[in-house]
Amino acid sequence: MSIAHFLAAFFLIRFLRTYLKTTAPNPHWEARLLTAQYVVIGLLCVEAVVEKESVTRWIWDAGMVGGLLYLRRQPEFVHLQNRILTAVGPYVAVAVVSDFLDATGLYRQLPVKSYFEMGTFFALVWMFAMWQYSNKQKKALDVERLKRLEEEKHSQELERLVAERTAMITRQKEELEQTLFELRQTQDQLIQREKMASLGELTAGIAHEIQNPLNFVNNFSEVSAELIGELEDERQKPDRDTGLEEEILTDLKQNLQKITHHGKRADAIVKGMLQHSRASSGQKEAADLNALADEYLRLAYHGLRAKDKTFNAQLITEFDPGLGKISLVRQDIGRVLLNLFTNAFYATEEKRRQQPDTYKPVVAVRTRQLPGAVEICVHDNGTGIPETVRQKIFQPFFTTKPSGQGTGLGLSLSFDIVTKGHGGELKVDTEEGEFTEFTIRLPV
Amino acid sequence: MKILVVDDETDIQSLFEQRFRREIRNGDFSFAFAHSGESALTYLTEHPSEVVLILSDINMPGMSGLELLREIRTTQPAPPPKVMMITAYGDNDSYNQAMQYGANDFLTKPLDFSLLKEKLKNTI
Repeated sequence: MSIAHFLAAFFLIRFLRTYLKTTAPNPHWEARLLTAQYVVIGLLCVEAVVEKESVTRWIWDAGMVGGLLYLRRQPEFVHLQNRILTAVGPYVAVAVVSDFLDATGLYRQLPVKSYFEMGTFFALVWMFAMWQYSNKQKKALDVERLKRLEEEKHSQELERLVAERTAMITRQKEELEQTLFELRQTQDQLIQREKMASLGELTAGIAHEIQNPLNFVNNFSEVSAELIGELEDERQKPDRDTGLEEEILTDLKQNLQKITHHGKRADAIVKGMLQHSRASSGQKEAADLNALADEYLRLAYHGLRAKDKTFNAQLITEFDPGLGKISLVRQDIGRVLLNLFTNAFYATEEKRRQQPDTYKPVVAVRTRQLPGAVEICVHDNGTGIPETVRQKIFQPFFTTKPSGQGTGLGLSLSFDIVTKGHGGELKVDTEEGEFTEFTIRLPV
Repeated sequence: MKILVVDDETDIQSLFEQRFRREIRNGDFSFAFAHSGESALTYLTEHPSEVVLILSDINMPGMSGLELLREIRTTQPAPPPKVMMITAYGDNDSYNQAMQYGANDFLTKPLDFSLLKEKLKNTI
């Protein structure tokens, strides 16, 4: 009988050990269970030697019941409670009851021994069946667990990949943003450089344009001082020539007017230059387009003259006196005009170089009042624009000038200023070798 | 003696008239004015052998002072008037070219009128 007890206890302990090993390895419990295993084997050996089954079976029973009760209180086996009880419970119950009956001698009085032996057998079979079933289930669970682990690993891998990609995309996005920022900065710098380049072309012209009115201011002041001296002399004389005095006073008045006029002229040029170099305010103001065109035509002309003494061109201005004030951004339209004039002079220069003797360079500016718009034409009889180039002239960075001489931004910026900034049109009409005419049309 | 002043700045006329008011009143000089090279040539053909001296600016739109000088020196009948060139840019190129074309003198702006007066008196 005790062999069955031993087997039940032994397999229960083994089962617990493998359960712990596979779910949550616990050296403390492992040691305890190992000890229990030795105790069980030891008990079997003691029983075999002393052959006092009437005593030892109580030890088995007490051990098994105690063991089961003890396990019930252990948190490590909380999930196993029911299974252990279902598997081992019947056997222990049958064993304890049959031992009890045997000990009290009821076995001999009642005809139940064979039932108990049968019950013990079935309980053992039940226990083994349960054990097998449990193993099978455990295997299925292990497979399931492995599968889940695999899935978890897989999803972790996926998450890692996603994180990696996200990081990569974020990095690329940041790089792109940085590049975009740098591009914007470069664009601003290029526009500023274009402005400065055109201002540089102007410097000599500006100096000349300021020098002339300043000379007049100085000369008229000096001559006025002389006139005053003359007037004072005349008043000292006993027989004063009042006619001469009148004449001198008239001249003085005229000179003061001229000084003011030329002072203002210089002032306007300096203001224009400052406006040209300043970042565009974008503020539209009522402006005299004729005066603006005249001012920039002179600046461009003298600018080129100062750079190249042999350069010359006949300037024709046909300004429509009926042109009202037009709302525009002064420095922007000024930049456009300057660009068109400089281009016109450049084209005549090129042609003059080709035909030095026969060619007479002419640059003309015309303004016209149209219904609902004003028109300003810049015409030159220079080299013209070849068909192949015509489509590209408004593209940024396109230039026909030798490298380093043109930014290729002049006409592209001009186009933007006229169309986007003022809602106008900028058109070109040209014939290679004959002429080029740019027409700006601004809505009033 | 008649002096033709050529400059595209129109105010140069009243400036000269006032600077030389004594000389004009005394009848030492008389002035004529042209505002471009082209009109200077027209004046010269309309008033033959009247002008003794020409004072011309170099930097003018259209025909420049140097071209005017070349025209005078190549097409005008003898005796050709004296020509003084005036420029705001006192560069060697302009000077050399002016001299090569046969200018009698070369002045730079701003004009020193007392020096100009001396030169004009010496020219007579």
